[in-house]
Amino acid sequence: MAASLHIYLQMIKENSSGYKDLTESFVTILKQVVGGKLPIDFNYHSVPAPWLQIQLLRILGLLGKDDPRTSELMYDVLDESLRRAEINHNITYAILFECVQTIYTIHPKPDLLEKAAKCIGKFVLSPKINLKYLGLKALTYVIQQDPNLALQHQMTIIECLDHPDPIIKRETLELLYRITNGQNVTVIVQKMLDYLKQSKEEYTIINLVSKIAELAEKYAPANEWFIQTMNAVFSIGGDVMHPDIPNNFLRLLAEGFDDEKEDEQLRLYAVQSYLGLLEEEDAVYPQKFLQVMSWVLGEYSYIINDEGDPEVIMTRLCKLLKKTFVTSETKAWIMAAITKIASLNRGSKTVDKLIQEFSTSLDTCMRQYAFELKHLCEDKDLMKNLLPRDASCNDMVVDASLSFLDGFVAEGLSRGAAPYKPHHQRQEEKLSQEKALNFEPYGLSLSSSMSSSGFTGRQSPTGLSFGSDVSGNSTEMGQKEMSSLKLDGVKKLWGKDGYLPKKESKTGKEDKLEAVPPGSTLGGNMVDHPLSEADQEVVSPSEEEKEKQQLASTLFVGLASNNAVSLMGKADTTTQKFKRKSKISETQNSEEAPSIQYDATLSFRPLPEAQSNDNENIQSTEHVRLRKSSLSSSEVLEASVSFKRPQSLTEAGLDAKLPDCRLSPSSLFADNNIEVFQPSQVIPSVVASKASLIPSLSEELANNPHSEAVELCSCDTLAVNLCKVWTDDCLLLVLFVANRSSSALKNVNLVFENSEHFKIVEGLSYHFPVIKAQSLESCQKSVQMEKNCMQEILVGSLNYQLEMETGLEFSVTLSLTDFIRPMKITTEDFGKLWLSFSNDVKQNVKMSPSQGSLSIALNTLQQKLKLHVVDIVGNEGLVACQLLPSVPCLLHCRTHAGMLALWLRSPCSALPDSLLYQCQKFQLATRRHARKQIHCHSSP
Amino acid sequence: MIKFFLMVNKQGQTRLSRYYEHVELHKRTLLEAEVIKNCLSRSKDQCSFIEYKDFKLVYRQYAALFIVVGINETENEMAVYELIHNFVEVLDKYFSRVSELDIMFNLDRVHIILDEMVLNGCIVETNRSRILAPLLVLDKMAET
Repeated sequence: MAASLHIYLQMIKENSSGYKDLTESFVTILKQVVGGKLPIDFNYHSVPAPWLQIQLLRILGLLGKDDPRTSELMYDVLDESLRRAEINHNITYAILFECVQTIYTIHPKPDLLEKAAKCIGKFVLSPKINLKYLGLKALTYVIQQDPNLALQHQMTIIECLDHPDPIIKRETLELLYRITNGQNVTVIVQKMLDYLKQSKEEYTIINLVSKIAELAEKYAPANEWFIQTMNAVFSIGGDVMHPDIPNNFLRLLAEGFDDEKEDEQLRLYAVQSYLGLLEEEDAVYPQKFLQVMSWVLGEYSYIINDEGDPEVIMTRLCKLLKKTFVTSETKAWIMAAITKIASLNRGSKTVDKLIQEFSTSLDTCMRQYAFELKHLCEDKDLMKNLLPRDASCNDMVVDASLSFLDGFVAEGLSRGAAPYKPHHQRQEEKLSQEKALNFEPYGLSLSSSMSSSGFTGRQSPTGLSFGSDVSGNSTEMGQKEMSSLKLDGVKKLWGKDGYLPKKESKTGKEDKLEAVPPGSTLGGNMVDHPLSEADQEVVSPSEEEKEKQQLASTLFVGLASNNAVSLMGKADTTTQKFKRKSKISETQNSEEAPSIQYDATLSFRPLPEAQSNDNENIQSTEHVRLRKSSLSSSEVLEASVSFKRPQSLTEAGLDAKLPDCRLSPSSLFADNNIEVFQPSQVIPSVVASKASLIPSLSEELANNPHSEAVELCSCDTLAVNLCKVWTDDCLLLVLFVANRSSSALKNVNLVFENSEHFKIVEGLSYHFPVIKAQSLESCQKSVQMEKNCMQEILVGSLNYQLEMETGLEFSVTLSLTDFIRPMKITTEDFGKLWLSFSNDVKQNVKMSPSQGSLSIALNTLQQKLKLHVVDIVGNEGLVACQLLPSVPCLLHCRTHAGMLALWLRSPCSALPDSLLYQCQKFQLATRRHARKQIHCHSSP
Repeated sequence: MIKFFLMVNKQGQTRLSRYYEHVELHKRTLLEAEVIKNCLSRSKDQCSFIEYKDFKLVYRQYAALFIVVGINETENEMAVYELIHNFVEVLDKYFSRVSELDIMFNLDRVHIILDEMVLNGCIVETNRSRILAPLLVLDKMAET
């Protein structure tokens, strides 16, 4: 039976709701075991089958979690277990520990909780060290449910904090980490740092350092303290700590809070403290710390320019460049910082010297930087443009397709260069030449080199144009090229508009911090200032007791006053100092950010002559052919589409029934969960009644997914409404022209302006011979995307003759998503197609914790972007879609440690980029949404 | 879950090792050396549980012999601590006053006992007589 319980435990862990009916059996078994019904030889030191009991308790805990009714069943037996286990033997403590854990896991019962708390008290107070450890562990667990327990045992906890055994200390710190709040953070972090200074074990350092960073960011009471703590974190954590820590820190500095003043102060303090640190001649700092310092100095040293001389800062940075312990990656960071400082100042001797020195350096990266700096110094205006002050978090759009190099590639091709083939294609060719079988499993090739570089440079096989043109774009390209130079630290810093703190800060930019004025964060029940007490804590033995009392009061402050202490792992509540707020909404989300839009369309416009490889050429001809075929079909379709409307019946012909447009939404989006707007009831067109002015789709169209009717423009006499209908094979724009006046309008012309991105199949204009008074006419246009773009505006106008010629202008915003349709294929087909596509793009997107699983993330994408989820296997998901008329695009997603790795492939070069952008947008949109919800919860 | 079960003497010689998840051979020796170093450096009045990398070690000393069990965070340290003692009691019963030599020269039997008690990292049997039953049958077969 003992063996089978492990299997049950595993199954219940995976799906506790499926086994609720077994609760009673488990309770009965436990009752029998506890009651001594088992044969005597199952006893261990006169405790009946203790390990069996422990296993049963674990199962009960899983079953009773968040389920009052199931928990009800087990209260009795838990009570009995607590009572029976009073023999003083280790094994009974083990049972008690498990019992307490179960009691605090299931739906609480006050009576039991009290008994369990008493039990923990016995553990913690026990002189036996193993028991003490167990007690602390239990307390750590329990404290998440009931912080008041920590208060009862505060003196014991203080004693454990100074315990000679580091293991006990470590466990105590873990406990303190869970009860940290805005008031005790300084003391707790100090304790953690003290422990860290003694510890040498790498794993402990990594673990503790990230905890300190988390606490510091969450609860920092003052700027100075925050910077100092982070300095300590960087010095100790050094190069083993998680890379997120410096990244988050820099992001926090760069994006700032709501309060500009607070920002300035924090940055100012950071700059000052780093300058102080660099002043020391022989100090050796970890690489990561140096990188952080150089970034901050480069970005924000202008703040202290009033008092400090930029020359001094630059000299200090230059000194670092000559140190031997500085790695070449760090050197690149430092050079970038110097470049930034130089851009803000007129010519400087230090810079000249630096250029001179490194122009002949054997380190090619450094030499390249020196030359870049030299060129930039010669053209101050360009430099200013390139490196604007404090613009590290401004958005910019990266031309990931490197389309500006298309001309260069085309030239190369015309001179007879071999077209670029992506890595996997080359490999395949190589394999086929060798006539060997590819034994490599599909899954492996997917995961390989996932992280190595974000972009596979598909357009430019060489980095030739690199130094030759120092334009805004070349730095961007440098970004990609540098990945081959192993300058990982630097590659994400440069951008068209200046410096980016990190790639993610472009995507995950919405996190911004706001400062709550310090006064409001702290409650009033602190006896003394925590810092001074931490100082006092350097003890004189006679006052030891008193010291401890004081320490206790600083540690547990805030726990007594309110029960809503923010506990890690539980709902985090109010006292955070740096609250993140969403910023991205201003830019990413908005259609009214014209410059960005412009950029986006610019960069995703592939030059027609620059087909970079043969494969693509074939694809594009195919593309044209397909487009032609769909063109003819949609012409017929247009005729048929309008047949429902009585007026157009005569025009279109009665027999124009085409099945195409009748495809019900169920056939199209059957298993896709796409939001299908409920078809509005078709109102019989009653002439000259008010109701007829309300635009409604014909039944045929209303069965397709469609948007709601939006008014485009209106005047006294006319109103134009638009409804987008996403049919299987095209985007239909249904325009409703309503005559509001009391007289009939004749010769109404609707004309779209020619757009290079879109093609209107039926021609640009539409002519209404007559629109009767108080009635509604509609026309339909099917639109195709000619050129890939994110979002473009289709402009049109409506002309009519009343007394004089009058015109109404309107515009329609069409985005890429309007042209994306799910593509239903099987997993096998996916595999085949995947290998045949040459253009790919990879990107990691951060997932919000609320999104959690892959399936939820994919569901959002499916809903928002109309993708088809082919398969989900473990943490990988396959998604397929097509751009109308028929350009497929495949998406491979993988979740890993909170990141969603997206990998897109398509025969069309610009499509993956555009689609990726959309994915990010929606991913961010959902994250923002999730965050908003959290804020709403925490605000009371 | 139990990750590994080790018996190492004070000189650092491994007497028995049983792994419940795959560890490469050369890494095993490295791990064992580090584990025993960690245990030896601790005094008697210190805690019997050590955090080591991302898992925990529970150890117990019997004369010159250390028994060290590596567990992950889901396991109850105290229960494992007592499991070690239970294991030793079983050995004691079978060998009647077990010594390091018994273990060295009857390694197969020790393995049989351990495999009866722990399966795939889970504690499956703790009843002394039931643990020893198959072994006793084997012994009887050998005699006849």
